[in-house]
Amino acid sequence: MTTGMTLGMTAETAMPLALLVPLIGALLIGLTGRWPNLRETVTLVTAISLFGIVITVLANLLEGGTQEVTLATLLPGLDITLHVEPLGVLFAMIASGLWIVTSVYSIGYMRGNKEQHQTRFYACFAIALAGAMGVAFAANLLTLFVFYEVLTLSTYPLVTHKGNDDAKAGGRVYLGILLATSIGLFLPAMIWIYAATGTLDFTPGGILEGNVTQMTAALMLMMIVLGVGKAAVMPVHRWLPAAMVAPTPVSALLHAVAVVKAGVFSITKIVIYIFGLDMLAGVPAEQLLVYLAGFTVVTASVIALRQTNIKRMLAYSTISQLSYIVLAALVLTPLAEIGAAVHIVAHAFGKITLFFAAGAIYVAAKKTDITQLDGIAKRMPWTMTAFAIGALSMIGVPPTGGFVSKWYIIAGAFQIDNYFVLGVLILSTGLNAAYFLPVVYRAFFREETQPPAKDHGEAPWPMVAALTTTATLVLLFFVFNGPVVALEQGIIGAGR
Amino acid sequence: MIHQHVSILLVVIPLLAAPLAAMTTGRRIPWIVALLATATALGLAAWQAWLVMESGPISYALGGWTPPWGIEYRIDALNAFVALLVAGIGFLSVLYAYTSISSEIETRKTPLFYTAFLLCMTGLLGITQTGDVFNVFVFLEISSLSAYALISLGRDRRSLTAAFTYLIMGTIGATFLLIGIGLVYAMTGTLNMADILLRIPEVAESRTIHTAFAFIVIGICLKLALFPLHLWLPNAYTYAPSVVTVFLASTATKVAVYTLVRFMHSVFGYQFSFENIPTSWLLVPLATIGLLSTSMVAIGQRDVKRMLAYSSVAQIGYMVLGIGMATGTGLVAAILHVFNHGLMKGALFMALGAVAYRMGSTSIESMRGLGRQMPLTMAAFVVGGLSLIGVPLTVGFISKWYLILAAVDLGWWPVVAAIVIGSLLAVIYIWRVVEAAYFQDANGEPVREAPLSLLAPTWILIITNIWFGIDTRLTVGMAERAVQLLTGAN
Repeated sequence: MTTGMTLGMTAETAMPLALLVPLIGALLIGLTGRWPNLRETVTLVTAISLFGIVITVLANLLEGGTQEVTLATLLPGLDITLHVEPLGVLFAMIASGLWIVTSVYSIGYMRGNKEQHQTRFYACFAIALAGAMGVAFAANLLTLFVFYEVLTLSTYPLVTHKGNDDAKAGGRVYLGILLATSIGLFLPAMIWIYAATGTLDFTPGGILEGNVTQMTAALMLMMIVLGVGKAAVMPVHRWLPAAMVAPTPVSALLHAVAVVKAGVFSITKIVIYIFGLDMLAGVPAEQLLVYLAGFTVVTASVIALRQTNIKRMLAYSTISQLSYIVLAALVLTPLAEIGAAVHIVAHAFGKITLFFAAGAIYVAAKKTDITQLDGIAKRMPWTMTAFAIGALSMIGVPPTGGFVSKWYIIAGAFQIDNYFVLGVLILSTGLNAAYFLPVVYRAFFREETQPPAKDHGEAPWPMVAALTTTATLVLLFFVFNGPVVALEQGIIGAGR
Repeated sequence: MIHQHVSILLVVIPLLAAPLAAMTTGRRIPWIVALLATATALGLAAWQAWLVMESGPISYALGGWTPPWGIEYRIDALNAFVALLVAGIGFLSVLYAYTSISSEIETRKTPLFYTAFLLCMTGLLGITQTGDVFNVFVFLEISSLSAYALISLGRDRRSLTAAFTYLIMGTIGATFLLIGIGLVYAMTGTLNMADILLRIPEVAESRTIHTAFAFIVIGICLKLALFPLHLWLPNAYTYAPSVVTVFLASTATKVAVYTLVRFMHSVFGYQFSFENIPTSWLLVPLATIGLLSTSMVAIGQRDVKRMLAYSSVAQIGYMVLGIGMATGTGLVAAILHVFNHGLMKGALFMALGAVAYRMGSTSIESMRGLGRQMPLTMAAFVVGGLSLIGVPLTVGFISKWYLILAAVDLGWWPVVAAIVIGSLLAVIYIWRVVEAAYFQDANGEPVREAPLSLLAPTWILIITNIWFGIDTRLTVGMAERAVQLLTGAN
């Protein structure tokens, strides 16, 4: 075990801190609730410190340390343990990095919209981030499950933020589906795996090989893929559109990045470290799940085509894009696994930009429908340019990040001549173009049919700054994706 | 020197304090008597648990009469664990009682309340301590009779009929137990548990022992409110004074579950209870149907206290399920859930008692908007509810983990499904309250947060819910030690 000293901190200290810092942040936010400026400073300082801590973990990883730290022993032989692992570090980097941007954006959005209960909002947001960090650094399935549930429960007050009947109904669907799937399928699957193998540790190459029959593994895989409801594979996707009643910063960071990525990240991690790619290749239901994920990709896109509410369209687009990642993970070739990881990043940058834009439109113009967007690019050029970049990334057009991940997934599918996956990707690219491009066209090339109720320009500057930043990241990721790919090659190499 | 007498002092101190409390007047003095007695009992129970974990089972010969002729108190990890729960909840209940009963019980009756309470605790502690089957019956009657009195103190007049129904059902249960014990005595000639266990194989084939077993199991199941013998429970819990519900819900049925485990494993023995007689075929279906049906009934309740009462019946289903599995893991799950459910239900009923104190009602309508008005009380309710659902980092998760693990080990998939569905039904009934408290506007006069004297015991229990949900060394350690002893003896 190497103990790389980076910024004077080892990963053993940094990882628990990554959980602790947002929690302390939440506490301080609660205490400073009376002074909004101070409270927002706390949020920003917390977000920046968290990102710094995650970078320290990354530095430790690059120095080659495989470190882990046990926080508590929940049950004999079953610990709450954190470890440094490339996929997890990647997820933590995205979630914590984008939290900084989202915090800036939130300040503009929440104030611009004069929202109620802002203290509760920022506090729950911080707790949700702590949950996401726990998911990212989980060294075993139990730890993953624990923080997965923390994430579910801490985001419930954010979804129901408005407190009206819509929010309540949305919150019911949200909590209902996420808890029903996790308690109903994920938990029994986990206990079953434990009963069969006697461990839940994430181990390169998987732990199930030789311990269970093909049929059992097939059933376990079904339970995991549907039990991790946050990955929103149909038919357990309904919570995501329901969550769109939340304020837009929540939709942007949590329901386009942290929460949903926690879902696909969990599936990817379980596929690689619990089942093992070799084991799964022979499992019969595996193909079935590929079809299910493929079905989700196409069907969600078709539904997105028919939405007129911007956020709902984006939600269905997210469902479709998440299943890309599940699909890629289940193709089981090294290149596709890299594609899955790269797409976690690419989709995060793209979708958060789109949500930021949607929120900016709402704050500046109070518009929520696609049909109202005619000519809006003249009033909000920055916002709509960012939206266009995000949309292109969703479609997978160069020079955006979305192109890179699609490239890897396609290459991975070619490795085993899986034409179903290829077909799905091509079809869905067409569909993505069909629902995103008309929006861009309306905004840029149509004339305003009637002048808006109030003459408006761009949204408050923190929001514009945030969405410009993420749009830039989308473009940059097209070029600078090397580190991510290199990071992921590490795991696949280790897993083989 | 004194450490030899810990086990008997644990019973004697509340017993002596009971008449002492009856001789006082006012509110404060009987409370102080009860508080001192229960605090001492808690200290002794903790000491006893430590002794048992350090140096193995304790055997205490009452009055110096050596067992098996005299009465033996025999403490192993199992009873030490249950006694710790009873003493702990007893202490917290008394702490809570001072303010809680001030609005529910007349001053005139206060000393008698504490007397009955201490007697009830004496009975429950006695059941856990003793190694003599007849002594179990005696203590059961002490605890039951005082419990009837405690329930009838409720300010709603329906508490009288509830207490009466409980009296009838409880007496039938106790009589069944007595008949069973009599038959066992007739066949084995002894009342000492360890002694009976040795002699059961000789007479295992006789009809009399089979009849005795049937009477004892049914009798105890009446006391622990196994579906469909639970009908006395919802009314008793609903109309009793808040603090009585807290105490009975988290100890009385738990002690009955303990008694069932004790009789099956330490009196009749595993061989007889599960192999000669197909007890699992009786307990598992009843427990499974019970936990599903009563959870569903809980969803439809308007009174939150009654809702939690039905939830208690469902949770007892989990415990009996664990016992019925007849495996080591199943038994660990059952014993853990005895303790863990005591913690979570105690906390929930305490939070509800704080609502009753301020609102004068526990209907779901009266909880509207309380999330804003009584934030600490409702936060406690939410955490307790999450524990009941079985969310990780609470004790409920630990129980669920072992229970599902035991069912998976056996390959009982329908039972796994039932446990999971039971948890999801709990989400529904808990969330009805959460939505009422946090998303609906308060009706009527705004109220203040509950006083500290109610909040402190509530939050102590909530913290133990989280503490033992993260650090399970004590709970799992004791449960596993208990199971080793129980199954190793066979």
